[in-house]
Amino acid sequence: MPNGVKVGAETAPATAVRGRRRQIEISELVLRYPALGPTCALVLAVVVFSVATNTFLSLDNFSLVVEQSLVVGTLALGQTLIILTAGIDLANGAIMVFGTLLMAKLAGPSGFGALLAGIVLCLVLGAISGGLVTSLRLPPFIVTLGMLTVVAASSRIFAAGQSFPVSNGLLTLLGQRFYLFGRIEVTAGMLLAVLMYALVWYSLSRTGWGRHVYALGNDPEAARLTGIHVNRTLFSVYLLAGIIYGFAAWQAIGRIPNADPNAYQTGNLDSITAVVIGGTSLFGGRGGVLGTLVGALIVSVLRSGLTQAGIDELYQDVATGLLVIAAVALDQLARRRSR
Amino acid sequence: MGRSSVLTRLLAIGAVAAALLTAACSTERAPSGGGSGAGGGGPVKIGLVTKTDTNPYFVTLRDAAKAAADQQGAQLIALAGKFDGDNEGQVAAIENLVQQGVKGILITPSNSGGIIAALQQAKSRGITVIALDTETDPKDAVDATWATDNTDAGRKQGAYVKAMLNGSAPKLLMVDGTAGAAVDTQRHNGFLEGIGLQNGAPQIIGSANANGDQNLAQQATENLLQRSTDVNSVYTINEPTARGVYVAMAAKNLTAKVAMASIDGGCQAMQDLKGGKYAATVMQFPKKMAQDGVAAVVAFSKDGTKPAGFHDTGSQLITDKPLGGLESKDTGWGQQNCWGS
Repeated sequence: MPNGVKVGAETAPATAVRGRRRQIEISELVLRYPALGPTCALVLAVVVFSVATNTFLSLDNFSLVVEQSLVVGTLALGQTLIILTAGIDLANGAIMVFGTLLMAKLAGPSGFGALLAGIVLCLVLGAISGGLVTSLRLPPFIVTLGMLTVVAASSRIFAAGQSFPVSNGLLTLLGQRFYLFGRIEVTAGMLLAVLMYALVWYSLSRTGWGRHVYALGNDPEAARLTGIHVNRTLFSVYLLAGIIYGFAAWQAIGRIPNADPNAYQTGNLDSITAVVIGGTSLFGGRGGVLGTLVGALIVSVLRSGLTQAGIDELYQDVATGLLVIAAVALDQLARRRSR
Repeated sequence: MGRSSVLTRLLAIGAVAAALLTAACSTERAPSGGGSGAGGGGPVKIGLVTKTDTNPYFVTLRDAAKAAADQQGAQLIALAGKFDGDNEGQVAAIENLVQQGVKGILITPSNSGGIIAALQQAKSRGITVIALDTETDPKDAVDATWATDNTDAGRKQGAYVKAMLNGSAPKLLMVDGTAGAAVDTQRHNGFLEGIGLQNGAPQIIGSANANGDQNLAQQATENLLQRSTDVNSVYTINEPTARGVYVAMAAKNLTAKVAMASIDGGCQAMQDLKGGKYAATVMQFPKKMAQDGVAAVVAFSKDGTKPAGFHDTGSQLITDKPLGGLESKDTGWGQQNCWGS
């Protein structure tokens, strides 16, 4: 290899041209389809666990794994949007928990009113984060860190040390089970999640707004120069994320009909894990919700499979952490190749 | 440079494979016949879900359950939440246990009301569910409960502190556990019965919630003592709390004039009693809870008799200074029967 060559420069001796072409193809694949690597990892994980245990490979278990990834998966959907703009949201779990508490406390004769109030609360909190980021130009990390503390404390004050069981039919609707083809267990929450992922995927990949989001994540200055209203787009991202967190709160109540101020304390980090493992770049402008879907499933598959294989929970955390590092490393190296 | 692209692909897949191959190579479970719910082949699987797996109380419970299961030829799968109060983690644990085809689930619920839906799901699959150490709310959400009668344990502590006061009017500080927990309320009210006071009585000069944590208890007591050091008795919900209170009291040289006892009966508490940190404690028997729970599940798997009712696994006052005619055992006996190390 020649000396003094900067990282990312493509040079190779003439005799390795064929090899170079093959390597460019791989890195191009990773760049164009950031969800490809995680999907391979997911398939590999499912295969390994099916072989290693005799309870993993079953329809019931697959339903369970998907169910267990619903809440974090929905949080991760909003997180994807914010990370695509080169931001990050540390407050999403806390916002969702506050939403669940409000819904549970207001649940009385009208479940719909409580549901709406919860979603509006999450929307407002998302708007506050967005407002601080766009108008005061504060870094999203700092803004959402502050929001995390304020919102978490506020929800504890609101809950006054208690948790609230929920029995209202509408609020617990997403936990309703029914059986496809008489055999496959599916919940209403799964269907809603699929719908939300589809809607956000469509907005990101097929609309002008979506293109603006990617552009502003890639390079805000360049985006501004091409006439994109950067602040407006950025604010809309935080608003949309807020609404998504409101739906995540609905999912949470559907899964466990009990609003608990102690719940989902690591919801923010878990959602970031799902997004990063799914191939979305922390530096913005690259990735998407399909990868996040895969990322959320991988985390759930790992936990379920390792538990059923008798591996201690702490080793599960180690495995998840290694995956995150590997995913970010892959993204970084693919980025360098593209310069 | 070109090689590293292939290397990073391998690195990514390798990290996953490394994590997963440990699963393939080190499964603890003997391969048994049949998947979820199938009867017949293989040992009976029993699930245990504790609040955490770091608190020595739950470690003792888990070890005792494992020993009991091994003795009866059953297989114990032990899971836990991540912290005291982690309802979500316990729900996921129950779901995984159901998935693995357990016959019975023993649980120490972190959130007595929040775990109900998951338990009902398990019951609907023909699994027997048993609460250990803490009741669920409502109590009949489980088939049976093996626990200490916490109200009675509180009463014993209260009666002993009253005897220590020897007739003087109490000036009481109450350092409670996690607000809203059944165990907390029961021990608190039992103590008041034992010492002969009502909630809100003027003799209770201060109270705080320390969630059963030693550091929080120390801080809370320091703050309470800032208001007034005119105290002659303290209620503590458990031994880590009592240790924290002791440090705060010692800093103000109050330990000689304050009557304090506790509840739990850990082996470390036997050392505390000998060192004079507090005068007495009321011992619980988590090993008995675990053993009886395991036996009940094994019996259920053999002939389908469901366990039922509340079973008091008992509490015992331990002190080297017996007072007031109250029945007690000394620390020698305590060290034979304590839990933890």
